Amino acid sequence: MTHIERDHTWPEISFQDRMDTVRFDVHERAHITVDGRTCEGCSTQACVVACPANLFVPTSDGGIVFNYEQCFECGTCYLVCNEEGAITWTYPDGGHGVVFRRT
Amino acid sequence: MPETPDVDVIVVGAGPAGACASIELARAGLQVVLLERGPFPGSKNMYGGVVYPRILDELIPNWWDEAPVQRWVTRRSTMVLTPTQALTVDFRSTAWGAPPYNGATAYRPDFDHWLASHAEAAGAQVLCSTTVVGLLRDANGRVVGVRTDRPDGDLRARLVIACDGVNSFVAKEAGLHPPVDAANYTLGVKETLALPKEVIDERFGVRGREGVDIEILGGTGGVNGGGFVYTNLDTIAIGAVLKLPKLAAQKRRPEEIIAGLKAHPAIAPLVEGAELKEYSAHVIPEAGLAMMPKLTGDGLLVAGDAAAMCLAAGIWLEGVNFAMASGMYAGRAAIDAIRAGDVSTAGLAGYERRLSETFVLRDHRKLKRAPHLVLSDRVQHVYPELITSVAERMFRVDNPEPKPGLRRIVTSERKRLGIRRRDLARDGLDGFRSFG
Repeated sequence: MTHIERDHTWPEISFQDRMDTVRFDVHERAHITVDGRTCEGCSTQACVVACPANLFVPTSDGGIVFNYEQCFECGTCYLVCNEEGAITWTYPDGGHGVVFRRT
Repeated sequence: MPETPDVDVIVVGAGPAGACASIELARAGLQVVLLERGPFPGSKNMYGGVVYPRILDELIPNWWDEAPVQRWVTRRSTMVLTPTQALTVDFRSTAWGAPPYNGATAYRPDFDHWLASHAEAAGAQVLCSTTVVGLLRDANGRVVGVRTDRPDGDLRARLVIACDGVNSFVAKEAGLHPPVDAANYTLGVKETLALPKEVIDERFGVRGREGVDIEILGGTGGVNGGGFVYTNLDTIAIGAVLKLPKLAAQKRRPEEIIAGLKAHPAIAPLVEGAELKEYSAHVIPEAGLAMMPKLTGDGLLVAGDAAAMCLAAGIWLEGVNFAMASGMYAGRAAIDAIRAGDVSTAGLAGYERRLSETFVLRDHRKLKRAPHLVLSDRVQHVYPELITSVAERMFRVDNPEPKPGLRRIVTSERKRLGIRRRDLARDGLDGFRSFG
């Protein structure tokens, strides 16, 4: 997270702590697959910036690796992707994936 | 030979649209299965935080006595931000804090779960933890059921209602959607921040169950969109709605944009010291009428976000009410069609007719220019500074200089910011056509 100048304070948390506030019932099947070779030719790698869960990580050889476990299932990645066939996106199996909190 | 349907209607998705469709269908005595891929209705759903349930008067009389509401919105603010300035229009009404109420903050997992319980009480069978993976169609292409990821996966019905949300794979598979364009979508990201109720009451100037809705223009760090702050009982929802292509192009991470909003001098005193309880995100169909799919197919209706029913019109940011209403009207049209024995596109025409006669499509038609205007570069990146700098000069005392007139200030600020008069006039006209 970039440093932000501020006069006021709130508890500073790491991205992992941020994601740990969310409940995920992870299924063994990855519901999203990324074809890293296709990503090597991608000039924008928009998914890396836009994914709110920060699940797309650029690799040193210009490709992308992806973790499906802490996914909000929002669809941002496939919507911003401009490389045909790079992202295969389905919903997780029933009952799995993100579970937002009830009071 | 055609197989017999297992039930009358399958409703895909137990959000507000699916629940309201199921309530109508089940009350009419039809056999309904309401499929939900999450472990409970609402578990996959998030939004900024305010719902306007007026339409529920038709389905659940005195809904306010039982709905899982956090606070009743009695104070509604629109805030225009630059990095160092804020201009707020702040409206309060005590009427909104008493029956029949207007808007309310609520958590979607609570609200959607409650609404789906009414579908169940009416006789609908709610099947959770069940993901629809495809449509079943007959030789003529008519939708006759769905394939689920359950072991005994296929379920047949006379009619399917797709209320499966913004990504709606059901409506897409049926070919009802035009090609997907990222420019029609925004990403909503939100932090739910815990603070004691008394602290929230004090900071936001409210008492009891009164609540505050703040919509923010500017403050999203160069990414076209908007910000919001809503009060729940003992949490604050703060977040941003971000136009997808801009978010990617600006190389700003969503959580950084929320951090920037929280650090703004007009926002920071409201949220300081609060602890992150939950971070969440969801995509929003932002473009309204411009992105709406076909709403009807043979054996298929589409409602809620799946039909892009969300209304993102700047001063009006609504979605759950459009979902509830479109689901309800889909249910009513389905009842007529099944009773008449015609669930073809023609037989289902009552759906679009109902939407056209009511706020659902009338608001969308009237406000068809609004989403584009609100997210345009001038409204996003130029007008906030015009507005705040005019206010600053109006309220600044420049003695011994005499007070300048408003007209002179606007003209000089317009020129300083390089805004062409005809652009301002055109945007003003667009605004007047939408909001006037």
